Amino acid sequence: MKPPPFDYHAPRTVGEALEVLADAGPEGKVLAGGQSLIPLMNMRLAAPARLVDINRIGALDTVTADARGVRVGALARHATVERSAAVAERQPLLRQALRHVAHPVIRNRGTVVGSIVHADPAAELPAVLALLGGTVRLARHGAPEREVPAAEFFLGPLESALQPGELAVSAFFPALPPGSGTAFCEIARRHGDFALAGVAALVTLDDDLRITTAKVACIGVGPVPVVVDVSAECARRPAASAASPAVAAAVRDRVEPEDDIHATAEYRRHLTGVLAERALRLAAERASHG
Amino acid sequence: MGTETLYDISLTVNGVVREARVPARRLLSDCLRHDLGLTGTHVGCEHGVCGCCTVLLDGEPVRSCLTFAVSVDGHEITTIEGLAAPDGTLSAVQRAFAESHALQCGFCTPGFLCTVTALLNENPAPSDEEILEGISGNLCRCTGYQNIIKAVRRAAELSAEQERDGTGEAAPAATGAAGAPRASGATGGATGE
Ligand SMILES: Cc1cc2nc3c(=O)[nH]c(=O)nc-3n(C[C@H](O)[C@H](O)[C@H](O)COP(=O)(O)OP(=O)(O)OC[C@H]3O[C@@H](n4cnc5c(N)ncnc54)[C@H](O)[C@@H]3O)c2cc1C
Ligand code: FES
Ligand code: FES
Repeated sequence: MKPPPFDYHAPRTVGEALEVLADAGPEGKVLAGGQSLIPLMNMRLAAPARLVDINRIGALDTVTADARGVRVGALARHATVERSAAVAERQPLLRQALRHVAHPVIRNRGTVVGSIVHADPAAELPAVLALLGGTVRLARHGAPEREVPAAEFFLGPLESALQPGELAVSAFFPALPPGSGTAFCEIARRHGDFALAGVAALVTLDDDLRITTAKVACIGVGPVPVVVDVSAECARRPAASAASPAVAAAVRDRVEPEDDIHATAEYRRHLTGVLAERALRLAAERASHG
Repeated sequence: MGTETLYDISLTVNGVVREARVPARRLLSDCLRHDLGLTGTHVGCEHGVCGCCTVLLDGEPVRSCLTFAVSVDGHEITTIEGLAAPDGTLSAVQRAFAESHALQCGFCTPGFLCTVTALLNENPAPSDEEILEGISGNLCRCTGYQNIIKAVRRAAELSAEQERDGTGEAAPAATGAAGAPRASGATGGATGE
């Protein structure tokens, strides 16, 4: 089907974009990569009255990586972040997760920040932000920018803390702490599809290669990414034993999957336990070879 | 419709500057097919799943059904019509598809050819795993994928041969643009997990 009509704006600066968004209020929608919004419009599931296309705002096309972490501007495409060696060095979980996001062709156009704002409960990047304790920077005309922590950003399925009139200008992913490793494991019906279930893991070891922190973020099994801290279950055990039935059970207990056409809730819960063990094992392995 | 604002846009399509007057909601796929008469770009699902509508935007493959034509005003587009040399000589990828029986009805073929052209520009000697990943976003409902995968391998061989003998047919229009902004794709054997 074809998208419904809308008023189109193509600002060249952030300031201009914020003015249009302020004027449009609840009628306005940002167009970034369009890889989620345009399918919704083509299917007539979304009909924004005014579209603010940010693709000409060069100032938003930025990716910076330093010792603190990785800041991704609103126009940085999935593919650019995935390919960046500097990003992989500071925060390897981004590349690990991005390889599961759709197909390479979609990743050429879709943006990291767009995926986060879209807040699909089965999407990978919101889980990455939630697991790492990252933030989203929101701008509004005539007001200071605000930096919203992931834990307050994801409110429900396709619902984020972004208010009408606001533009997400960047997302920040903290750097990998020393002695740490990450992994992203998921299961989808077909490669590149949204996952039935998926788990991102972060494991930190001390100098004796014993686990000090172990955390996972689960996708597709709750209204928002479900972060579970399993450090207690892993407490000071050697890296090689990061995965255990007790850890899998702790994760299974915390998720709230639902039945749908693709899988039953019970199957999703089961997958999440299996994937949590896999991701933790892999993350611990990477931490010890760090 | 009558009251919709129209935009004058200019696209460089297969090396030729083309002008069109379109409403903002005109998909790039429809702009190419309806406004510019380039019906080689096929439209299957219009929600990004089938890959038939894949074209090259500044050398990179994108879904033309998930792109508004106004958004890419001023950019370079390569479609299936632009892959062969001006005298009609097929590109290495086109020849490999023909030789390997990698098409049957041909509906999916324009999308595969554009995707594979960009894949080989970026990575001239892909592994089988890289080929699978590269074409994972394109669906074929009748030929089957075995011959398509063979065709990608064959296309890589043909391009390498041409490179060696310097017989080079004109490189596909997209080569220059695709080559430039790419970081090396060869980041080694990191697993997808
Ligand atoms: C076939 C297919 C398969 C896919 N599979 C996956 C998958 O497996 N995993 C996955 O995570 N994603 C998947 N996606 C979605 C893809 O990752 C999108 O690129 C991403 O979700 C949205 O990014 P975008 O830049 O395209 O945003 P858009 O589509 O442009 O926007 C999405 C939403 O976010 C808002 N928005 C975007 N940017 C901003 C901003 N800077 N400020 C304020 N609001 C903003 C828009 O208004 C809109 O509501 C798939 C898409 C397709 C077509
Ligand atoms: S028509 Fe564009 S992906 Fe199917
Ligand atoms: S050749 Fe018929 S769908 Fe692929």
